[in-house]
Amino acid sequence: MRVLNVKDIIEPLAQAVEHALCNVEEAVIKRLKEAAERESGERAEWALRRLIENGEIAKKTHSFACQDTGLAVVFAEVGQDLKLQGMLLSDAVNEGIRRGYSTARKSVACPLSRVNTKDNTPAVVHTEIVKGDRLELYYLAKGAGSENMSAVYMLTPSKGRDGIIAAAADAVKRAGANPCPPIILGIGIGGTMEKAALLSKKALLRECGKPSENAQVAALEKDILDAVNALKIGAQGFGGDVTALSVAAEIFPTHIGMLPVAVNIQCHSSRHAHLVFEGEEL
Amino acid sequence: MKKFDLPLKDDDIRSLYAGDVIELNGYIYTARDAAHKRICEALKAGEKPPIDLDGAVVYYCGPTPARDGEIIGSCGPTTSARMDDYAPTLIEHGAKVMIGKGKRSGAVTQAIKDNCGLYLAAIGGAGALLKSYVKSCELVAYPDLGCESIYRLKIESMQLIVATDCRGESILK
Repeated sequence: MRVLNVKDIIEPLAQAVEHALCNVEEAVIKRLKEAAERESGERAEWALRRLIENGEIAKKTHSFACQDTGLAVVFAEVGQDLKLQGMLLSDAVNEGIRRGYSTARKSVACPLSRVNTKDNTPAVVHTEIVKGDRLELYYLAKGAGSENMSAVYMLTPSKGRDGIIAAAADAVKRAGANPCPPIILGIGIGGTMEKAALLSKKALLRECGKPSENAQVAALEKDILDAVNALKIGAQGFGGDVTALSVAAEIFPTHIGMLPVAVNIQCHSSRHAHLVFEGEEL
Repeated sequence: MKKFDLPLKDDDIRSLYAGDVIELNGYIYTARDAAHKRICEALKAGEKPPIDLDGAVVYYCGPTPARDGEIIGSCGPTTSARMDDYAPTLIEHGAKVMIGKGKRSGAVTQAIKDNCGLYLAAIGGAGALLKSYVKSCELVAYPDLGCESIYRLKIESMQLIVATDCRGESILK
């Protein structure tokens, strides 16, 4: 049994958030460069090269890569053998987000009054009890442009694998230029409506371009990527070969009468962080 | 690459075609959802809006706050479609050019055609790059709206692409 003083997560989380918002991931930059090399659309290639330049400027000047620093989504995986001590975990997460966003844009508002909360909290926090004695936090910044274009499809089982691919292509086609392509796709397949949506969000935590460890899922990811790129939307919707940089899918058993498919669209400005807290021996 | 000083004349606008990459110099205003709502409410009530719309360039942008010593924070475009309900009203009251990202509605395209307007696309997600084009930033209206306030920006050599030209042709897929 180990024990973690919950307030100890605040500062590391704040620092990880600020770092993620100013540094475009290396894996994304690598994919953008590959995309620019193979892009046949002249204007799409121009846009891709500007995005690479943007990543360099953001890093060099410690600027936010995108002005939409997003709504913070945090997945907290709490080891069953870890004792959490002191403040409430979600309060500590929100304090970390508050501090991490101190110089970022405050993009969170009441859905009815639209009054801004002025500190970018609350974060959307998903807590899960897992094996072990550690706390792991996964942070993801979610911008509105891409989240607004995301969708859940409650397919029937007869639609099968082809239906899943068609659903992903449909969401991307409808989204067009709005989610700032080239995009990254998180696909959640199975469970219930909300489970599929959660899986699709979790899929976005995976490193850009890394295939699923499940061969069947990895093959599906590749086919979805091909179908989406065949739409020829291209970077920024200017027309071109690279509409998506990568696809990550997660699956979960579902009801015999259901086939939920959630398509979570992420812009190229994929910003996330992973933190592990070991705590101390009790 | 074609280069222009703002404000654009109708002849300048007519010389542009969807897909042209251009460079702009001069003054533009930021406005997004909440500012558009207030401008349209003011116009509907017969009041004068807080900015002169005649020939105005409206940039759909809510920047991150400027840090110490900075002119402005990161300032890329937001999704233009959310301004589609308001844009025709602004165009009818003289606004000429819109800068944003993503497709426009049929009503906006029609207003562009009817009024020799122009819709330019900035690179979505390139907030740090777009910040480098901004040489001054002045808060001009709705300070209570935070990042959604209206700012007057002086831009230099800002690279943009013609998304919808005055003939209503668009490059966006």
